This record gives sequence, structure tokens and C-alpha cells, in this order.
Amino acid sequence: MGYSIAEKILLAHTDLKGIKPGEFIEARIDLALGNDITAPIAIEEFKKAGFARVFDRSKVVLVPDHFAPAKDLRSANQCKILADFAKEQKLTNYFEVGCMGVEHALLPEVGLTMPGDLIIGADSHTCTYGALGCYSTGIGSTDLARAYVDGKIWLKVPHSVKFVYKGKLDKWVGGKDLILSTIGKIGVDGAIYKVMEFAGPVIKSLNMDDRFAMSNMAIEAGGRAGIIEPDAVTRKFVSQFKRKGIFYKSDEDALYEKTYEWDVTKLEPQVACPHLPSNVKGVSELDGVSIDQVVIGSCTNGRISDLRVAARIIKGKAVKAGVRLIVIPATQKIYSQCVKEGLAEIFVKAGGVFETPSCGPCLGGHMGILAEGEVALATTNRNFLGRMGSPKSFVYLSNPAVAAASAITGKITHPEKI
Amino acid sequence: MIIKGRVHKFGDDINTDDIISAKYLVSTDPKELGSRCMESIAPDFAKKAQPGDIIVAGSNFGCGSSREHAPLAIKGCGVRAVIAKSFAAIFFRNSINIGLPFLESQETDAIKDGDILEINLSSGIIKNLTQNITYKTAPFPKFLRDIVEDGGLMNYIKEKEKKHV
Repeated sequence: MGYSIAEKILLAHTDLKGIKPGEFIEARIDLALGNDITAPIAIEEFKKAGFARVFDRSKVVLVPDHFAPAKDLRSANQCKILADFAKEQKLTNYFEVGCMGVEHALLPEVGLTMPGDLIIGADSHTCTYGALGCYSTGIGSTDLARAYVDGKIWLKVPHSVKFVYKGKLDKWVGGKDLILSTIGKIGVDGAIYKVMEFAGPVIKSLNMDDRFAMSNMAIEAGGRAGIIEPDAVTRKFVSQFKRKGIFYKSDEDALYEKTYEWDVTKLEPQVACPHLPSNVKGVSELDGVSIDQVVIGSCTNGRISDLRVAARIIKGKAVKAGVRLIVIPATQKIYSQCVKEGLAEIFVKAGGVFETPSCGPCLGGHMGILAEGEVALATTNRNFLGRMGSPKSFVYLSNPAVAAASAITGKITHPEKI
Repeated sequence: MIIKGRVHKFGDDINTDDIISAKYLVSTDPKELGSRCMESIAPDFAKKAQPGDIIVAGSNFGCGSSREHAPLAIKGCGVRAVIAKSFAAIFFRNSINIGLPFLESQETDAIKDGDILEINLSSGIIKNLTQNITYKTAPFPKFLRDIVEDGGLMNYIKEKEKKHV
């Protein structure tokens, strides 16, 4: 029996002769990511256990992005734990405010995530890098502390599930809609403990930003990873970096627990309704739902192509009176690109705000918290009860085009209506 | 190890934002986190929870973020074990790693809020003392039992390092 791409990558990071789903393995990692929320516990555990040096100072990455730039004194103290540890351990990949970005947009941008890598991150959306054909997965702070010690992780080899997308995508439909539609069909536990492998001609036609948006939300279906086989699009993306990675492909006789095949030609932009990412409807079914705030950003949809689409719709128009439009480019590079291309000015002229890179309101941190009774439409990834603020607020999730169109009308709107 | 306590019942898809809201992630202190546990969905829970109590839930418990603050908050409010139909993968490993005992059981619909349970972690047997019923669950695989018995992942690693030396 052949191996899936996930199994090949995991096997290559052990000294084993073979692996099979369900087995517990100890694997060597290529990168260990932590942020200002999760790394402080990892650092504390690492020190408490009496260890002095991390296993490899170039493979331990720290990004203060969740509550940074520090939103209050306690967040500042947590960020300082990262800065101090980076200094003490002489880490080569610590990203201070100024070069910091939303971690899952930042790491691929600086070439730290390569095809074939095994990457762990104490952040559930670490699955984002699977878009490059690596095995990347969210873990906890203690896992991270352990990886600091010996560069290893314990894993139960997951079963793989294949998702094949066929047909031709509508102009307003992209990676975000494909993944929302998938989560809507299989549920928030539809891929629990599984590797989701996204395949088919539609996936091949997606640009890297759309692929990242898809893999990013694999966790919202419970997936351990969301992997796309690397191809020419991947090759072009990694060609800008020194390291190129290893391009694994699933064997033809790889064993999948299940294979889904969908024709997505008729798929319209998708919206996840409160309070679960699986509560998905077509945008036309929600036409007219009033909103108080639109957030365009996050590790799902804060990349340059997301902001270009949004700006194209908003250009020369005004945000509906009483509605707040918050645009957050995910990294400094995306931020300056937006300034250069005039996108920042489009958002600001329309009456929106253009914020500094941060996870910000996505997880109810800062820079756009919802009051009781308020409704937001966001390009983020989670709409759990109270996620963006008050437990009595409501969050809808969509792609950037729907979010931009809705900011203009003040209601959930199909972008073709603008 | 035997755990005996009163049940607090929750539904399906209890996510990590439910267990501990992100606004409290400026702390790593289990006691402080525990005082806010389940605040959005069950505002009285943290006050009502007594040392030794047990959470019983439906499927996909702990879905969402990787925050280890979630199992820490559960431990911090005194809860000794969680029983659910299934657990989200990161919550599962975080609980193993910090030594929060949990069991997977498909019978959680039959368990009621306020029931008194006695759990035997090594055999995987749950006795419902209120309803006088016994539920069997699959015991943990050896690899995971070793981590839990060492008192969590960091102790397990320390033990391993010692053996190498």
C-alpha cells in the first residue's frame, strides 16, 4: 500500500522503516512556532524543567502578534517574556513589532515554511502552511516546551481524507468559499484527527493566497493538517527563497479513509453564520442581514490579493454611515505594498481604518471589539460565541469581496451588486 | 487512579473560547483562569465547581484554538476529569501533556447534571453512583499512559533524558 503525502512527510522525519495511521511516533521537527499567548507558558515550562538551551536557535520562532502591539500592561509583560527569551537564547527568528506580522502570513513570506517540512506551532492555525505541501500542525504550549528541549514531537499518525474539487469557479468564489463550503458539508468535527488533503483541478487553479486561506481553516473541521500537493504554483512561490524544500506527492495507491468529490461550478460566495464555522449559507440566502462592523484581515484573508480584491470593490465608494470598516494587512510587507499600490488610501478615503498588522479583533483581542448586540462580518476564521467581544454579539465569516461589498451597503451583500 | 465527583453537563462542540475567553489569556495562572472558566456559556459554573468535580460533554470537546489555558482553566477551577464523546485533537494532546485526566465515552447522553461518578482511569470504567449504572471505555494506549503516569510531558521528557545519561 502506498503513502499519502502526509504519511511520507511524517515518515521522513523519523528513523522508522514504515508508519501507519493510528501509530504513535516521535518525529523530528523543522520549525517550532510560538506567540505572545502560547509561548510564555512554553518558556515557563522549559525553564521549570531545568533546561538551559533550545535545541536549535534558528528553528525556534517567536512572533508577538495576538495582543501586539501590546494592548495593555499584562500583554506587554507577556510580549517581554518572548523578547527576553529570544535575546537570552540568541534566536535568529524573533519578530519584534516593526517586522512582526500575523504569524501564518509572516512565516511563508520570509521563507521559513517549505514543502516537505514538519512544522509545529502553538497556534491552531499552524495548519496554514499545508498549502505549500508541508505537514504543519497546531500543538499546545507544553508540546512547544518539549520541542525546545530536543526538537521532537509525539504524534498519532492521522488517517488522510481526500477532498477533490472539480468544475470552474465563479468570479467571486475563491479558497475561502471552498473551505467554508467544505466545513458546512462535513461539520466542525467532520475531519477530527484527520489530515485533509485538498486536490483536483480547482485547487490547481488557485493562487498561493487562496490556498493558504483553505489550509488555514482545516482546523475548523477538526483537521490536524490541510495539505495541498506542491506544484508549479508552489515552485514559483518558493523560488524566491534559498531553501526550496522537498516536493512530495501522494502515491496512487495511497489509502484514504474517505474521498469526497464535488463539482463547485455553481458555488456562490459562502458565509458562515453565528456561532459555528459550519453554519454555512450561500450569500444570497443572507441578503439584507444588517451589520455594524466589517473586518478584513487575519491569517485567513489578510494577504495582498485579499486586500486588492477588497480595494477594487471599495474604490470611489463610501462605507455605509454607522458601519465600521477595519482593514488589517497581515504583515509589514503587505502593509507597505498596500501603501505603494494606493490600496490604503482607498480604504481610508472610503471611511475605513487601515490598522497595523495584528491578530487584533479576530480573537477578541483589541482594535475592533464588538459591543453587546452588535453584528460583524469578518474575513477571519472563527465565529464562536463571544469570539470578537461580547457573548451577546454576532460574527459572520466570508471572503474579502463579500466583506468589502457589505461594508458599502451595511448589509450582507453579494459583490456583483456593487 | 480513582476520581469521584459531581457532574457538570455540557453539550456538543464546546470550544476553547467557551472554556476560556481570549480576553483572559493575559494570565497563565490556573487559579485565575479557572475563575473565568465557561463564563460565556455558563456564568455560574466557576463559582459552583467544587474540587473533584467532573465535566461531562458531547462530541468535539475543546475544538478551536490551541490555547493550553483551556485545560489549565478546567484544572484551575477544581475539575478533576472530563468525559466526552470525542475530543478535538489539540485539546486532547494538551490534556495529556498537562496531566488532566479525560475519557472518551459514547454514553454521555445518559449521564445527568449533578450525578455522582466514580472513574477508574486505569481500567477505563465509569460508575454512575446516582443511577447505579456502569459504563466501559477504552483505556489509554500505553504511550499516552506513560506520559500521564510521569505527571505530564515535561516530566516524561526529563525521565527519558535521565535514562540516556
